[in-house]
Formats: sequence, C-alpha cells, structure tokens
Amino acid sequence: MKTRTALLAAAGAALLASTAFPAMAVTLRYANQGDLKSLDPYTVNETTTNAHLGHVYEGLTKRGKDLKIEPGLAEKWEISEDGLTWRVFLRKNVKFHNGNPFTADDVIFSATRVRAPGSNFQTRVPSGAEFVKVDDYTIDVKLKSPNPILNYQWDTWYILDKEWAEANNAVAPTPAAATTPSYSALNANGTGPFKIESHQPGVKTVFKVNKDWWGKPEHNLDEIVFTPIGSDATRVAALLSGEVDVIEPVPLQDIQRVNSSANAQVMSGPELRTIFLGFDQTRDELLFSNVKGKNPFKDPKVREAFFKAIDIETIKSRVMRGLATPSALMIAPELFVFAKDFERPKYDPEGAKKLLADAGYANGFEVGMDCPNDRYVNDEAICQAVVSMLARVGVKVNLMAQPKAQYFGKVLKSGNYNTSFYLLGWTPGTFDSHNVLFDIEGCRDNAQSSRGESNLGNYCNKKHDELTDKILVEGDKAKRDQMIKEAFQETVKDYGYIPLHQQALAWGVSKKVKLNQRADNSVLLYWARKE
Amino acid sequence: MKTGMLAFIIRRALQAIGVLLTVGIIAFAMFRFAGDPVNQIVSLDTPAAEREQVRLSLGLDDPVPVQFARYLFRAAQGDFGVSYQFRQPVSDLLAERVPATMELALCATIFATVFGVLMGVYSGLKRDSILAKVFQTVSLVGISLPTFLIGILLIYLFSVTLGWLPSYGRGDTVRIGWWTTGFLTLSGWTALIMPSITLGLFQMTLIMRIVRAEMLEVLRTDYIKFARARGLTTRAIHFGHALKNTLVPVITIVGLQFGSVIAFAIITETVFQWPGMGLLFVQAVQNVDIPIMAAYLMLVALIFVVINLAVDILYTVVDPRLRTTIRQPA
Repeated sequence: MKTRTALLAAAGAALLASTAFPAMAVTLRYANQGDLKSLDPYTVNETTTNAHLGHVYEGLTKRGKDLKIEPGLAEKWEISEDGLTWRVFLRKNVKFHNGNPFTADDVIFSATRVRAPGSNFQTRVPSGAEFVKVDDYTIDVKLKSPNPILNYQWDTWYILDKEWAEANNAVAPTPAAATTPSYSALNANGTGPFKIESHQPGVKTVFKVNKDWWGKPEHNLDEIVFTPIGSDATRVAALLSGEVDVIEPVPLQDIQRVNSSANAQVMSGPELRTIFLGFDQTRDELLFSNVKGKNPFKDPKVREAFFKAIDIETIKSRVMRGLATPSALMIAPELFVFAKDFERPKYDPEGAKKLLADAGYANGFEVGMDCPNDRYVNDEAICQAVVSMLARVGVKVNLMAQPKAQYFGKVLKSGNYNTSFYLLGWTPGTFDSHNVLFDIEGCRDNAQSSRGESNLGNYCNKKHDELTDKILVEGDKAKRDQMIKEAFQETVKDYGYIPLHQQALAWGVSKKVKLNQRADNSVLLYWARKE
Repeated sequence: MKTGMLAFIIRRALQAIGVLLTVGIIAFAMFRFAGDPVNQIVSLDTPAAEREQVRLSLGLDDPVPVQFARYLFRAAQGDFGVSYQFRQPVSDLLAERVPATMELALCATIFATVFGVLMGVYSGLKRDSILAKVFQTVSLVGISLPTFLIGILLIYLFSVTLGWLPSYGRGDTVRIGWWTTGFLTLSGWTALIMPSITLGLFQMTLIMRIVRAEMLEVLRTDYIKFARARGLTTRAIHFGHALKNTLVPVITIVGLQFGSVIAFAIITETVFQWPGMGLLFVQAVQNVDIPIMAAYLMLVALIFVVINLAVDILYTVVDPRLRTTIRQPA
C-alpha cells in the first residue's frame, strides 16, 4: 500500500515536472497597421520600419526609454578642441548573427553604404565626413565643419557586416525605387538582440532571440511574431480576443472599449509629431482664393487672425477626445528645453475679426484648404473643425481633403507647392530643433540648397535663417539653446505657422505584457516582459 | 465540327487579348489619379533631388503611353516589374499570394453551393413552412448587408465574444512545392471558416433563390405530373427528376461567379487580413504600387476571360443547339 502511494506521488511529481520543466517559450505577438517592407536598413526612413529593424540591427549609439543618447556599438566618443575630429571607440567582442566579429571595417563600410546613391539615410552622416581607421576598434571621423549633433541620428544608422554584404552582392543599398530584387531586402544580419527567423513581406515576420547578444537583455522573450493588420476593426478584435499581445495604433473610437475589456488596455502619451497649419506666403496671388491681385497671407495680421480664430481646446476635447496636447511651438516640448517658455495666444474670435478688418477684410474672404484624410489621427475632422471656426470670423474655407497619396502629390515640391492653406505634421528626424528651423521654417530662396523644402508656403525670415546657420555649428549647448529660442521667437512673432497639437500615441497592450512607450512611437519590444 | 470549334477558340483567344489590352489601357490611364508613387516610397523629409532620382529611375517622367508600351514589352517577356513597396518581383509576390486566394474562393464556392442548393430545395418544396421563411429572411440579409460588415460582425461574435475562431490570418500553412495550403492543419481549417462564410454568403443567397424559383417552376411542368401519375415516389420525383433539371442554371451561375468570388475577395481579405492577392492589391492602391496594381488587374481580367471561355465551351458540349450557331456566326 505504501509503495503504491509512493509510486503515485512519484508519478505525480514526474507529471508536474514534465509540464513545468521544458520552460514554455515566451512568444510575443505584435500587430501594426503598416508593413515591414524592406529588411535593408537604408531603404525607407520611417519610424515603424526603423523600430522593427532596431531589434535586429544596431547603431553606434542607441536612444534610451526617454530618448537620451546612450552608447551602442560605440562605447564612447571624444570630440577634438576644434570640433572637427570625433574619435569613436568601438565595443569589443561583438558578433554579427552569422558569427563574424564586429570591427572598424564594418563601420567604415556602413558609412560609405549609407551615403551611396539609393540610400534614404544619406543625411545620417555628413557627405564630407571622412572615416579613418585608427585600429580595429577605434575610428576617427574628420569633418569639414564642426557639427555638434553629428551623432544625433546614429541610433538609426544601423551597422552592417562588410563581409556579409560583399558575399551576398549587397554592397549597394537597396534603393527605394528598386528595379531589381535585392538580397538585403529579404535577409538581415545585424548585431542586435533578435535575429530574423523568417520574413514574408506583408504577411508575417518572426524574430528569434539572439542568445549571443553582447548586452544584458531586459526582456524575457524567446520569439516575436509580427503581423501587419491593416483593418482597424480586425486589429482591435485580435487584441481583445487575445490573439495578439500588442497593437499599434488603437483607433481613437476604440480606446474606451479596449480599456474596459478584461485582458487589454491602451497606453497613451503625447507623440513627438507636431500637427500644424501653414499658409502660402510667397505667391503674389493665392491659387485658391477669391482675393485677386494680392495675397492676404502676406499680411501678418491675417495670419494672427487665423491663429486667434482657432479654438484649440475644442479641437482637443471634441475632435481628439482629449487625446492631444496643444502646442505653442513647431517642435515638441520633449525635444527642446525652453519650449515651456512659449505660450499659445488665447482663443479670441472677436480679436480675430478686428484684425481681419484692420487688414482690409472686414467681410472676410474665401480660401481653399488642403488636408490629408488618412495620414494623421483624425486629420480630416481637425480640418473640418478649423473650417467651421474660421467661418465664425467670416472666412469661408473650401476644404479639399484627400488620401495622402494624392495630398502629398499636390502640396509638396514635386507638385509645385500647389496649395494656399494646408495641414501637415512633422517630427524632426534628428530629434533636434535645427531640423525644424531648416526644413520647415527656412526660406526657400536658394534653389541650390535644400533649405525650406518642406516649407510649403515659404514662410521667410532672414534673421531666423542667420540664427539657424549659427545653430548648426555652435558647440556650446547653453548658447545653442538660447539661439534656438531666439529663432523660434521670430516665427512666433511673425505668426509664420499655426502649431495645433501633438497627437497622442495609442498602443493596445495585453495585461500580460509590460512595455515601455517611447514618445517617438517606436514600438521596441526588447524592453517588453510577458507573463 | 472540329474546325468550327477551333476557329471559335481562336476567335475567343483574340478577343481575350483585346480585353486584356483594354483593361491595361484603362488601368494605366487611371494610375496617375492614384497619386504620386514617389511620395509613398520615400520619407517626408527626403530632399527633392533624391526624390527626382527615384522618379527618374522608375521611368515615371516618361509620358503615360511610353510607360504603357514599356510595360507591355516587358510583360510579354514575363517580366511584370518589381514592387515599389517590397522590392521583390511582382510575379513572385502574386505567386505567393495565389494559393491563399484560391483556397478561400474554393471554400466559399463550396459553402455557397452546398448550402444554397439545400436551402433552395427545401424552401422550394415546403415554401409555406416556417424554416423556409427563415431562409428567405436570411437570404435577404445576405444580399443586403455589405460584406465587410458581415465579416466584422462574425469576428466580434466568434473571436472576441466566444473566442472560438481566429480573427485574422490563415493559421499554420504547409508548403507543397510552391503552393502553401491551410487544408492540412487544424488552425488552417478554423481560419478558413469565417472568411469563407463572409465571401460565400452573397453567392449562397443567389443560388438559394435560383434553386427555389427553378424548383417551383419545374414542379409545375408536365413531366413531373406524368411522373406523379406513374406512381413514382415523391423522393424520386423531387431529387431524381426535378432537382436534376434545376441544376443547369446553378452550374452556370457557380462557374461564372467564381471569377467574381476571386475579385470580390478583396474586401473579405482586407477584413480578415487574409494574405491573398486581394489584400496585396488593396495595400498596393494605398501605396500607389503601380507594378502590383497593373499585374493584379490583368490577372483578374485573364481569370474572367478564361472562365467565360470555359463556360462557353462547356455549353456547346451540353447543349447541341449552340453548335450550329458557332459554325455560322451571325
């Protein structure tokens, strides 16, 4: 009898052991609205793609949970007195997924490849910068002019293995407009914490943990399965039914439902992107308006009137359901220390009417507005709200809202800036103010320069541009921030743009998963823990 | 007879080429309204010079007729170009997606035929019963509710609320040569259920209504009365004589509608994230991926042409009266 119970107990223990011991592989399933279109890290400069590839590839630097620059494949770097030479010390004992060691040659190779024709990341490294090998783990970067933000974008300048690229005919980057199939678009070989196990473009990508990674993993995952799910309703349903653990984005109208469900919740916070309105301030007569022979937007009073006519709090509460942070500046406060010193002018429809009357438009005027309807959160609804608010001060706005494919074709440089009044969103790729000052707020008067290429209405202020040029080369951070503040003050004084808000991030996350949400909307699962 | 048939097939093949060319011309004429592909390919902060480079390398600067001629020239050699989004040959991408769409279309058609015929026969024979009225109502719903709504309703009922069926994807697939199939795994089968119902519901109601009407018609004919008079069993009359004669139009419908099932799979595939050709096409439209759009439209046109041709040839086999008209075209 006794032996029998003992046997039973032993059998029971064995059963328990057999179920508990082969530790269950932890798989995190993640669905995004968009695809992972190319595995070549130099093809498309887009947040989602960069975040995906950040699991597999690494840059010389990394950005932490709060976007601070941290050492990555470079352990440290030193800048010479004159600011023209950066000495970069590389991490030792790092291996690519194929087993090749990571050395200075790989960095020099990647610096050439990232600037080659067809790369969408050419601005990651200045064209004149020369990479010189000091030894296997030290590199000197020699610059033509000082550049205090040289390494600001190195976190998404991913380093490739030179031998691997040469062996697989992948020395040239896969161009965005590839006309021949490319090996590196379908295969990856990085140094990162995950390897690509399989990749079916537009269908499914499986990442397996890299056990030989040099760092100490914060996650507890063995596998990440990524599926693109384009349909909003299906993506939310997949989260609610527990078929996926993380989705991005959750549509605004579904946030309540996800939060009230038993197994998932929404993580939200302000995104770095600033949504704003811009005016054509360069043509002598607007393309889409009943005002003939002059351009009302050249008058700062009209721009000020538009600014004051917009009730941003109503847009926030009604259109964005509370999920927006009104902005006073063209850059997110997370990215510029003095942003808090700026304040939006108060909503003042009476003042707006008076300003319009002063400018000679007592009876208002008509103007056409361009707006995308599938690019930003509730973009078309924001524009409709703007239309009705401007109607209250006597301006009749004819709204033209179209899908992004048509919208960008019309308003960007390729469409000859074919707009009078528009809504756009912008995240500075460098996470630095200079990008906004140069691309969005810079004068478009020199055809040779790329300054102001995204300044669709050509807002122009010479003093602002002089400051921008100084900011580019100023190495002293305190002085530099002061100059940035002055430059932004110029734009604010001119009412050059109407910043509206930062839209909110909305990630749907299973209650079993702990995740860190970074404000640039990068879903980085190497910080994820799953029960 | 033989030469007549051959001439008929050759004539139809020439017509088919005409149809494909027309579809191609219309497609290319419309692509420029889809937007500028370059803006979809590169990021917003890409310098204009780089954008121009992309535009040139894609040949988008050439006039539309030149682009079309170049496309035809390459397509004739079997080269359908490289997708702008995925940097892979379009033919590879489509070949990868064909099995998913075909298996879905097949299941949807089988579902529609089996249930359509059963419900049609029942409501034809017992048209006053409560169940027949229920079928009629269901068929109204199937015909009037849009596909995407049915799909979403099914997802909320069976995936979110009950948790029985997966809400997206194909489940696990098995690769046999170049074909991937979901028929060999349990998760593959469960993933097929809701998309097949969603896609097949419209055809099912169509078939049910046709069978019902035909049954009512046939049951009034003289030979059925004679069969009754001869004292045959009801079972033999209904299924041996009446149903057989109702099936000719049903076969026609099922055959001709198979092309539509493949084409309309676009919506079902989008709702269920079904990795077939339709989903690929929808993503291509959003991203102005012209090579995929062009190849898909041509492929669907080809499928329609082939199915129509097959149905026409089958007709002549089934119905001897048609053979004479083929020999002497009016």
